[in-house]
Amino acid sequence: MSEPETQLKTVPLDAGHVALGGRMVPFGGYSLPVQYPSGIMAEHKWTREHAGLFDVSHMGPSFLTLTNPTGDAEAGHAAVAELVEPLVCGDIKGLKPGQVRYTLMLNESGGAIDDLMIGRSPLFPGSLYIVVNAGTKDNDFALIAKAAGDKAKLTRADDGALLALQGPEAVAVLDTIVPGVADLSFMTYAPFDWNGSKLIIARSGYTGEDGCEILCSVEKAVQLWDALLADERVKPIGLGARDSLRLEAGLPLYGHDLDETVSPTEAGLNFAVSKRRREAADFPGAARIIKEFAGDLARIRVGLFVEGAPAREGADILDESGAVVGRVTSGGFAPSLARAIALGFVPPAYAAPGTKLQVSVRGRLQPAEVTATPFVPHRYHRKPKA
Amino acid sequence: MTTKFSPDHEYIRVEGSTGIVGITNYAQEALGDIVFVELPAVGKVLRKGDEAAVVESVKAASEIYAPVAGTVTEVNEELSGNPGLINTDPTATGWIYKIAINNPSELDDLLDDAAYADLTK
Repeated sequence: MSEPETQLKTVPLDAGHVALGGRMVPFGGYSLPVQYPSGIMAEHKWTREHAGLFDVSHMGPSFLTLTNPTGDAEAGHAAVAELVEPLVCGDIKGLKPGQVRYTLMLNESGGAIDDLMIGRSPLFPGSLYIVVNAGTKDNDFALIAKAAGDKAKLTRADDGALLALQGPEAVAVLDTIVPGVADLSFMTYAPFDWNGSKLIIARSGYTGEDGCEILCSVEKAVQLWDALLADERVKPIGLGARDSLRLEAGLPLYGHDLDETVSPTEAGLNFAVSKRRREAADFPGAARIIKEFAGDLARIRVGLFVEGAPAREGADILDESGAVVGRVTSGGFAPSLARAIALGFVPPAYAAPGTKLQVSVRGRLQPAEVTATPFVPHRYHRKPKA
Repeated sequence: MTTKFSPDHEYIRVEGSTGIVGITNYAQEALGDIVFVELPAVGKVLRKGDEAAVVESVKAASEIYAPVAGTVTEVNEELSGNPGLINTDPTATGWIYKIAINNPSELDDLLDDAAYADLTK
């Protein structure tokens, strides 16, 4: 939070946030609202019960499209997927039209360069929708463009507005404004026409709730923001509550729970290392990660219930005898649970739910217990399996 | 009875030789929802500027410093179960600790109402 203000970029909805009383702070190089006057607690609870509207325009949406599309859906997809698969551990070739997958970009030693979403266009053969994190996007985009070479073109869309509408009432609200959105299932996306403009809407988010992420042009951003807020089920929510929701959902945050030393296996993201890729061992750092899959793991991400004061990033985790065994990577107060929770890394021997540990907060030891994550159950909209 | 303010947004309400310390309305607004308060131990001897307590919001921990030197005589145990009192009533029921003031002349270095209002304009 020490970025000089003069270098901060503003988002298309900047004036709107200020008008709503948003407390603007530097975040990922952008000036963004950390909270509105109702405060993080009320905003967090509103999102869990109704629909919270977040401006996440600092993130990095983009499109990767074959330079010479063949017109054949499967061949085109295979060709564009082949360009990005060497960067990530996910099965991109296996995506169905409109399907979105959470994956990680890895370095040669299997550490996370970023975590990201990759979707296969539901309409255009050979086009992917890729959304990366704010703080890493320039490097990510450079890596993707380099991998694509002259075979595909990466088009950044991070000068638009990216909104997230999250919560149990989110999709019902959005469907009144953009009919058809309710037909999307979790982790799919589609383009929608809205007031003469195109919206890219993905049924996804990072709060543990059902909801959508909406990419919108700068020109329509204010209109869309206002249309959503006109529904009484919707309130604007700042990045403070986005973080507490994310933490309760047990989801890792890049730069905190994930960095270039952390592998997906250590981060508890085995699901993001797709079976086909694992069997082929054809992703960066495969040698390390496959060993880790077999149980040869130095540390693993766990959830902690913490007694007393919140244990925040950087706090030591100790065993019952007082030996330091790990470190908290994100922690705070869980508004839904009215208690302190944390994510951190410990050796596997300490990772079983129920394991009694301690955390050091300002030099004072407090009891903590390993608990299964998510701390608050996810409520994604999954279609029942046929 | 006078109330003085530190530039760090603590207030001290002076009643005889005792000061009642908390954070100002401006400070609680800036911190947002308070979820935890770490109180000092009764009997703790504080120098001016020492960390006396910690107030935690959802987002972050903030140290509360001693505006003057003295000994902690009482702490607001209500805050353990209801830290939100600091948000709803910072200068009355949301007080944090009481201090036996060592050297009343230190109060002269603090801000009065007008100077504090100026600071937070």
